[in-house]
Amino acid sequence: MSGAVLDPTTSPAFPMAAKAAMGDTQLRKNVRHATEVIQAKRARVVDEMPDWQQLREAGKQIRQHTMENLDFYLEEFERNCTRSGGVVHWARDAAEARQIVTALVKASGSDEVIKIKSMTTEEIHLNDALEAAGIRAYETDLAELIIQLGRDQPSHIVVPALHKNRQQIREIFQREMNLPELGEKPEDLADAARRFLREKFLRVKTGVSGANFLIAETGGVCIVESEGNGRMCLTLPETLITIAGIDKVLPRYQDLEVVLQLLPRSATGERMNPYNSIWTGVRAGDGPQTFHVVLMDNARTEILADEEGRQTLNCIRCGACQNACPVYRQTGGHAYGSVYAGPIGAILTPQLQEMHHAQSLPYASSLCGACYEVCPVKINIPEVLIHLRNKVVKQNGLNAESLAMKTMGMIFRSEARFRAAQRLGRMAEAPLVRKDGQGEGWIGWLPGILGGWTQVRDLQAMPKETFREWWESRGKNGN
Amino acid sequence: MATEIVTNSAARAEVLRRICAAKGGASDEAGVRAAWAGVERGYRRKASLERQAVIELLEDRLRDYDAHVVRVGRGGIAVAVGEMLAKRGKRRMVVPVGIEAELLPAGFEFVVDEGLSASELDGFDGVMTGSTVAIAETGTVVLQNVAGQGKRAATLVPDYHLCVVRVEDVVETVPEAMDRLASTAELPTTFFSGPSATADIEMTRIKGVHGPRFLDVVLTGEL
Repeated sequence: MSGAVLDPTTSPAFPMAAKAAMGDTQLRKNVRHATEVIQAKRARVVDEMPDWQQLREAGKQIRQHTMENLDFYLEEFERNCTRSGGVVHWARDAAEARQIVTALVKASGSDEVIKIKSMTTEEIHLNDALEAAGIRAYETDLAELIIQLGRDQPSHIVVPALHKNRQQIREIFQREMNLPELGEKPEDLADAARRFLREKFLRVKTGVSGANFLIAETGGVCIVESEGNGRMCLTLPETLITIAGIDKVLPRYQDLEVVLQLLPRSATGERMNPYNSIWTGVRAGDGPQTFHVVLMDNARTEILADEEGRQTLNCIRCGACQNACPVYRQTGGHAYGSVYAGPIGAILTPQLQEMHHAQSLPYASSLCGACYEVCPVKINIPEVLIHLRNKVVKQNGLNAESLAMKTMGMIFRSEARFRAAQRLGRMAEAPLVRKDGQGEGWIGWLPGILGGWTQVRDLQAMPKETFREWWESRGKNGN
Repeated sequence: MATEIVTNSAARAEVLRRICAAKGGASDEAGVRAAWAGVERGYRRKASLERQAVIELLEDRLRDYDAHVVRVGRGGIAVAVGEMLAKRGKRRMVVPVGIEAELLPAGFEFVVDEGLSASELDGFDGVMTGSTVAIAETGTVVLQNVAGQGKRAATLVPDYHLCVVRVEDVVETVPEAMDRLASTAELPTTFFSGPSATADIEMTRIKGVHGPRFLDVVLTGEL
């Protein structure tokens, strides 16, 4: 999968991509190890909190309330950010956002930028757009650097390079940083990244970031991170450009007390992230003196308009659902064909595509509900998955599968038809049945669209006699 | 080009129109304020532990994050600072404007940051600051751009940070900290919990990627 851009409009359907990923045992090993470690840490620090369920409930209510009043809070944020010296821009879609950011970078007088890890910029493929405009973008988050240097794609919202192990990372660094003698301890690799990036932090004059939260009450922006690369990007350059989905707004400063407890524990299993930064506009003598915020819609209003799908926007991008998901843990992130993988990706991606692409994703789930259990803002992902499956079926109209379901419904409604179908079924299956050692009949292959079912399991043959037939003959014989 | 972007009010109007259409009308201020006040906040907003236990919890959580912590009375700060700097082999430190002179021991070079560039900051052995609030439950110290704490870059670029935390600024929970910070919410604010760290390589926690690799905390004051 390496190198292929994760674009839902061109990516293969999930079952196809997943099949390829399932064959990569190294990838599956890496993903399993990472998700197990992170889940164990999360469980430990969540158990410490006697009020975790109350925090989840408050988080859910705050996010719901924000979405119900999104126009009000965005305007309030714009007013307060502008008053503090920031410049607020609005973008209807990805193309408009890319154009604004590219123009702002050029206006800053720089042809290179340092970047904080941001899924929003991944979503709109900002780096490619910058490159096309002659601007070099340097990723500074260690995982994003691994991906950028390895010409790879992110596979997790929080730990985007979790599909790579240390040997693979070492090979990338040896080649791309020209360090043939590089050791293979994680410390050696982190140290190489520190030296590689420090020069860029001190030299590059323009920074680009996403945002974890926009605070309407103060016009402030909050970024949560671990390494300090975020702080470097948002304090050392002369110009800072922040791009955020319109869903990132929080009503009040006080609301940080809820999300700053929910997010780190859910995302990385930390009680608090090593660094949280909050800044408001510009401040003389501290940080960039030019600050822009781009507020991007890109189909978020489409999601807002769908009452059942709307809760998708409550997501605070912690990735806990990914770590808990049995499907993600087997297939890794790339199979989802989008920068948003796992359960949240399965509902977010098709909706961001206005249900025109990525239609296989709502089916990329066993509906086990583990994602709902761990979601810190209680997004009912299984409910949204089913809602979206419904939408996909409605959109696609009559196809072989829906036709088969309709026929089944017709058969089940009448006893005579049901009996006839059972007789017919026994005749039809006869050429496909193979006996096992115990004399039981099994079907290992079904034709046409039914074949999907037998791809990974066998079907037991129908019994010679149905229960009804047995019951009726028993009555006649009187025993 | 730039003017064209700044005056792109069509996009603004369109996004706001879409939002209002999606939720069936615009929100009014009184309604929004009332609804916000109705959010259930059943989580802990006040401390539950004795003060001594809160301080011990902070020490424990800071150490858990690989910070080195010493506890001293008000008069003993300079001596403790001197000992820590000597142990770490640090000589040339940057300090923010407004740091109290009695915190600084003799025998070391302390340079006041009056607008040092990032490259100049990179040349120091470390930085020493005070702090605004510390959160025991999460092992977090909060800095703001005020006298004695200074600008954000100064506590970021040098490889070593020595931070003085007063016991009266220690709270137990995150909500208590946010209450204290509310009146200065617009200041540039940094929360830090231990030294810089990453777990991006095989989920192994590694200290010090881009921020300071070493953190010492002097916890001071009597209960």
